[in-house]
Amino acid sequence: MLLKINFTQQRRVRLAQGLWLMSWLAVMCGAFIFCLGVYLKTELLRRNEVMENTEIHMVPNILMMVGLASIGTNWVASRVCQDSLDATRFPRWKVLLLAWFALAALLCCLLIAVVVLSYALQGRLEESLKVGLRNGIRFYKDTDVPGRCFQKETIDRLQMEFRCCGNSNFRDWFEVQWVSNRYLDFTSKDVKDRIRSNVDGRYLLDGVPFSCCNPASPRPCLQYHLTDNSAHYNYDFQSEELNLHSRGCRQALIDYYMGLMNSTGPGVLSVILRQMTVAASLRYLQAAVEGAMALGGTQRARRETSPGEGSRNH
Amino acid sequence: MPFMPVKFNLQKRVKLAQGLWMLYWLSVIVGILIFSLGIFFKIELRKRSEMMDNNESHLVPNLLILVGVLACGVNAFGGKVCHDSLDPIKFAKWKPMLKPYLLLCCGFNVLLLLTALLCFLMQFAMYLTLAEGLKNGIKFYKDTDTPGRCFMKRTLDMTQIEFRCCGNNNFRDWFEVQWISNRYLDMSNDEVKDRVLSNVEGKYLMDSVPFSCCNPGSPRPCLQHHLTNNSAHYDYDHRTEELNIWTRGCREALFSYYSSMMNSIGALVIATIFLESVDMAGLKYLSTALEMMSDPENPECESEGWLLEKGVKETFTELLAKLKMLGKTNQVEEGGEAATAAT
Repeated sequence: MLLKINFTQQRRVRLAQGLWLMSWLAVMCGAFIFCLGVYLKTELLRRNEVMENTEIHMVPNILMMVGLASIGTNWVASRVCQDSLDATRFPRWKVLLLAWFALAALLCCLLIAVVVLSYALQGRLEESLKVGLRNGIRFYKDTDVPGRCFQKETIDRLQMEFRCCGNSNFRDWFEVQWVSNRYLDFTSKDVKDRIRSNVDGRYLLDGVPFSCCNPASPRPCLQYHLTDNSAHYNYDFQSEELNLHSRGCRQALIDYYMGLMNSTGPGVLSVILRQMTVAASLRYLQAAVEGAMALGGTQRARRETSPGEGSRNH
Repeated sequence: MPFMPVKFNLQKRVKLAQGLWMLYWLSVIVGILIFSLGIFFKIELRKRSEMMDNNESHLVPNLLILVGVLACGVNAFGGKVCHDSLDPIKFAKWKPMLKPYLLLCCGFNVLLLLTALLCFLMQFAMYLTLAEGLKNGIKFYKDTDTPGRCFMKRTLDMTQIEFRCCGNNNFRDWFEVQWISNRYLDMSNDEVKDRVLSNVEGKYLMDSVPFSCCNPGSPRPCLQHHLTNNSAHYDYDHRTEELNIWTRGCREALFSYYSSMMNSIGALVIATIFLESVDMAGLKYLSTALEMMSDPENPECESEGWLLEKGVKETFTELLAKLKMLGKTNQVEEGGEAATAAT
């Protein structure tokens, strides 16, 4: 017998009541985990267009499953507590309890796995964002191509909301043609020069879209001719910091999602602790009640004592 | 003849007390809700106070906070009275306080009505404040080096981005002010000199808007400058172009945001008035039913409860007579002597 405690009738009743309360609290924790999973999944789905694969969705999926399973198991635990002090109703739970303990252990392992995964998948998330953003910037101009016509609005809103520009930084915009051919005057000398200046015949310029502009800049936003100091009065490209957002969108999104998952870490750990407490208390209650029922058959003492055990082997 | 009498036996009295207790606690929750809405409204006004020239009126949110706290207190007291009402010993100590409490509830209802009215009427003042504040905001957009105004640019840009609007009435408001600071203008440039000389006040005016007016939903990269010049851009007609920049003015956008907030808060306050009236009626029935028990020792006896002891007209005339008596305090002794002489 491991961690033996003696229980009187009074203490058994107290334990059952306390455990009933704890298991209802654990049900609410399970609901909390489920809501956390739903929230994380919605946040990931909102930015689905700039992510290439959905591997990171494993984290919220597991959280949602564990939340639902935890609600169910802890509800069963509360029912067991309610029936535990009634000798006629308790035996039918006996068979179920072993399965319950196994399930509770599995849930705790899954929760630990979620915490580990949220760190381990950071690299995959970064890769997915890199490819997704690169495609987004490439298809920025394709507002007339079905399936890509909202790419421009998505990227613009993303850059404004997360205060970022480009994939790694704003120079990513210099490497793609982000102005559609529909709006280029091919008879103009400037346009013809730019198109002929590179192998692929793309209209490249040292300019960025308006969504890269930083509202906190003291100066009205300079979007075009960014590398040309003489194009603007009192402008030095090397030292200008506030004009555009300096952060890349990939870094901004990773920081955001890692922040979300890190802040859920303590909550998940506390839920693991609570679940283990409930499991341990239920084991004590089960052993105490079974012991009392075994003794009650041979002795009719008013105050029965029975040993409660904390281990799984008798 | 009592007004709206209802017969009560023990069962009905108990049910009334329980129902009324729950209703009072519901009213406490509604009071907490009004309090938090008042705080939310205050925070929203503070967030955008720069757009309103820092002189927006905080009367409505302050009143909401006060009313919320009062509602919690008044209704919690009512709930306590209901809780004790079926125990004659405990109820006896609350009995003398009931009449002033009901008068207090009446006054509180009047205060709620006033708050609801203000919620609807202060919208006019808000509209005027917004118009004035935005006009100044656009004027001071360029003053990012003037202490006290250096964040106006950022605030206005963020407002235009968030509320999807441009300018005060529409984007043409930007054509009438100089929104580029002189620090960034090359005064030796001919074009700059032309523009500055083209108007009486020597302002650098252009037909351009800041980047925050741009609409991300436009299929075309945003055109900010030379907006009225069709030849400045390829395939551009400024009369038919709709998606390039936001067409709505910020005054309208901000006003519709605040007015919908104030309208819903006003509707909630009106609902609270109804709830409070129901509470008051219930408490009056309960107290009169308990007082009018024919046999106080026997809790099972029947009793009658009412809203007013006499009919509406008679109660009104009595009230008026009482007010007149209060007005004639100087002549009370004479009137008293005359009354005793008559009897």
